[in-house]
Amino acid sequence: MAPLVSAATLPSPPVAPVVPDTKVPSPWRRRGVDLLLSWPFPLSVLLLWQLGAQFEWIPAQILPAPLVVAQTFADLWATGELQDHLLISLGRVLYGFSLGTGLGLLLGVSMGLSPLVKDYLYPTFRLFAQVPSLGWLPLLMMVVGIDEALKIILISKAAFVPVTMNTYNGLRNVPTSLIEVSKVFRFTRWQLLRKVVFPAAFPTLWNGIRYGLTHAWLALVAVELLASSEGLGYLIVYGRQLFQLDVVLTAVVVVGAVGFTLDKVLAVIESRLLRWRRDAF
Amino acid sequence: MTTASRSFDWRGLVLPGLLLAAWATVTAAHWVDTRLIVPPAGVLRTALRSLADPSFHLGVLFSVARDLSGFALGALGGVALGTLLGVSRRADRLIGPTFHTVRQIALFAWLPLLSSWLGYGELSKLVFIALSALYPVALGTFEGVRQITASQAEVARVYGFDRRQLLFRLILPAASPQIATGLSLGLVYAWVATIGSEFLLANWGHGLGNIVIKGRAAFDVELIVFGMVVIGLVGTLLNRVAARLEARALHWRRVAT
Repeated sequence: MAPLVSAATLPSPPVAPVVPDTKVPSPWRRRGVDLLLSWPFPLSVLLLWQLGAQFEWIPAQILPAPLVVAQTFADLWATGELQDHLLISLGRVLYGFSLGTGLGLLLGVSMGLSPLVKDYLYPTFRLFAQVPSLGWLPLLMMVVGIDEALKIILISKAAFVPVTMNTYNGLRNVPTSLIEVSKVFRFTRWQLLRKVVFPAAFPTLWNGIRYGLTHAWLALVAVELLASSEGLGYLIVYGRQLFQLDVVLTAVVVVGAVGFTLDKVLAVIESRLLRWRRDAF
Repeated sequence: MTTASRSFDWRGLVLPGLLLAAWATVTAAHWVDTRLIVPPAGVLRTALRSLADPSFHLGVLFSVARDLSGFALGALGGVALGTLLGVSRRADRLIGPTFHTVRQIALFAWLPLLSSWLGYGELSKLVFIALSALYPVALGTFEGVRQITASQAEVARVYGFDRRQLLFRLILPAASPQIATGLSLGLVYAWVATIGSEFLLANWGHGLGNIVIKGRAAFDVELIVFGMVVIGLVGTLLNRVAARLEARALHWRRVAT
């Protein structure tokens, strides 16, 4: 009995291509390389700056040399003055940021999911957002004085606006095609939100939280520049008034370092949460 | 949806209306210190007085011109920088960390330095405003370019796009929603920076911020409130125009509802 179909005519089973053991560097090694590569650029800028100060291309009063700034930093750290200002600023920003982000997520999600809420609140929010935090400052200084309350209100307002806006935009801009696909799959409303809408909106939403923190830090420095007797912003004003730009630069560097650390923490969380995404570049 | 959204939605006015009524009530009944919480009528009087004052108009005009020129500079730089960092892993590895670090220096910290370096004139403010717009635009562009998927890039490769086509027909269009978000945020930042620079350099130059902060020194709460309203109105107007331009430029995208 010959088989009806000879084995030769059957399509051969797909052979898994032999994947050559590509030398993918371990993530730790890659991170190490990244870390190394990030140094040449800032270091050459610093070197140029130091040389510029050394050869007096730029007057030391306008731009003190990096080594002078480093010395000032060490001095201010040794006296504990810098830490005091730093802790005060950090406390203010974390308090204000948590408050503003909480409220922002609440409003952003409600407006993103409910057209009714959006219709009532969005124009007012937009108007509110349009007066920059700083615009509120003169009025707030009059009404609540220049105490802690002023700083917390202003910082939380600064975080509130971008968090609300990005949460709302992220939810609203979920591509139609994704929603259509989920309709084909007959997702329930809850599945739609949990499996499609929030994952799709997440990068934008998280961006808003990062902007919120950046904004909060920005507002903190602004309010401390204009109305404070302690904190990093005050240190900048103090140094500027005495024309000690090494103090100003020290404070600016610390402002940058703290801002960087805060943002880095959020970035690490983001990359943990977005592992499922594949990037082109 | 298309016809309904054309007509003005009055429901958006409910909340502001309620707040306005509450404000008028508490000040009329003197439940609050009316020297600090000034009545609406007083603000209206100040508004009429200011609107008849040419130097007020000039201040607003100066601020807007300052804002837009700074924004234009910053936006151009931001798109260029964001695209570079997004497309080239090498550029991102070399200057990305520095960019992200320097970005974290809260903007206003720069102003005392900029004013020491560039003086109290227009240049300090302009550089400051451009810097403020650059960050969000660069970050938005970067995000947009990075979310282009490998498959999209492959399609472009199949079509044999050259670098120019890749930039103008894949990268920028695909990243345009995020670029637009970055631009609109940049516009907000630029306006903040404009007002902020005028607050901090209150005694130099002329602008809306100078007028408002001087109102504080004179304990003129009416002027402060009116100034805030104008700051908000100008900002809203700028954003409206920007949103209209964005809608026109991105009309090919379908909106999910």
